[in-house]
Amino acid sequence: MTSVTDSLFRLFRGGNTSPAESKSKTQAAALTRRSSGLAEFIRGLQQREGLAILDLGPTSPTNIAYFTNLGHRVYNEDVLLASMSPTYKQKNDQGIEVLDPKLFLDDNLVYGGVKFDAVLCWDISDHLHETLVKPVIERIHSVLNPGGILLAFFHTRDAGPDAPYYRYSISTPESLKLHQGPQFRLQRVFNNRHIENLFHDYGSLKFFLSRDNLREVLVVR
Amino acid sequence: LSTTVTRPPLAGAHIGSSVLIKGELSGREDLYLDGEVEGTIEFRECSLTVGTNGRVRGNVHGKTVIVQGKVQGDISASQRVELRNSAVVTGDIVTERILIEDGAVFKGKLDTAEKSKDQAGAAQAAIKSQPQTSTHPAGATVTGQTSFLDKA
Repeated sequence: MTSVTDSLFRLFRGGNTSPAESKSKTQAAALTRRSSGLAEFIRGLQQREGLAILDLGPTSPTNIAYFTNLGHRVYNEDVLLASMSPTYKQKNDQGIEVLDPKLFLDDNLVYGGVKFDAVLCWDISDHLHETLVKPVIERIHSVLNPGGILLAFFHTRDAGPDAPYYRYSISTPESLKLHQGPQFRLQRVFNNRHIENLFHDYGSLKFFLSRDNLREVLVVR
Repeated sequence: LSTTVTRPPLAGAHIGSSVLIKGELSGREDLYLDGEVEGTIEFRECSLTVGTNGRVRGNVHGKTVIVQGKVQGDISASQRVELRNSAVVTGDIVTERILIEDGAVFKGKLDTAEKSKDQAGAAQAAIKSQPQTSTHPAGATVTGQTSFLDKA
């Protein structure tokens, strides 16, 4: 039986599919996506061996195997998962618990002087808590070698606030497999100007347009 | 997703889930650890399995190290490290071969230090031989500092 919510959804969207139906369709359609940003990222990595790569997404056996097979060292840190820990919250003046970037950065993205040649940011900037976005990007800048590269994804406005969260694993040098969940809510949508401001301290940015609701950005320190 | 659980070995030592050890732990037989250890574990010639209830706070050295529980410390294995889907590892891993199941959480550096250049080269060749497809149109490029990408 169709719920009132589903009927309203259809009325406003003008479509014939319920949220549940459209969700399952999105899930089925988005299992693999082409990635020009990844292709260029990997082209750079194939030129040399022994690079230090930092993957800030959830632990992906496929990605780890991919990069170690290329002869690189992989560092893994699921920044988004770590940011959910209550240990980084402190009460403010009004007694409300807020995320403290300093506490978070004391514990995370700490590499004891190690510098990286490449960083996979995926779409963490879209999902991280507001107070962490800039400090995290600044910290990455400090641990990335000059000339090092960073791959980041940003949702477009079309994605909508209920866009599912995906974990990305490398399928081929030019495509990614998307695994849905766990559910992190899309916190914001950056436009191109926001992205340029976010990476203000970096050397250059290259935008890749795609047919879905993601923009890919390859940043060079 | 199926859960792979390594059962305690019939031979070798077994530390139960109610045991807490503070200090260095070493031995010359395989160990299944389901308890808690705060200190270094040295089983360089043997296999060490940290069971689903196992907790280690310290560095771990073994021939083969299988993790199903939590390890907070560096892991080094002369042969192989396996992180099962319930594993949570915070620390660096140095090993020749590694198996990581989907669902395992790993925070740290992975160094497959002993991998020969021939192996790495072969793997690289295998990746390169995968089918190539055309790319999406790219947006504007802002040139800046020289990257190692420029050498491509």
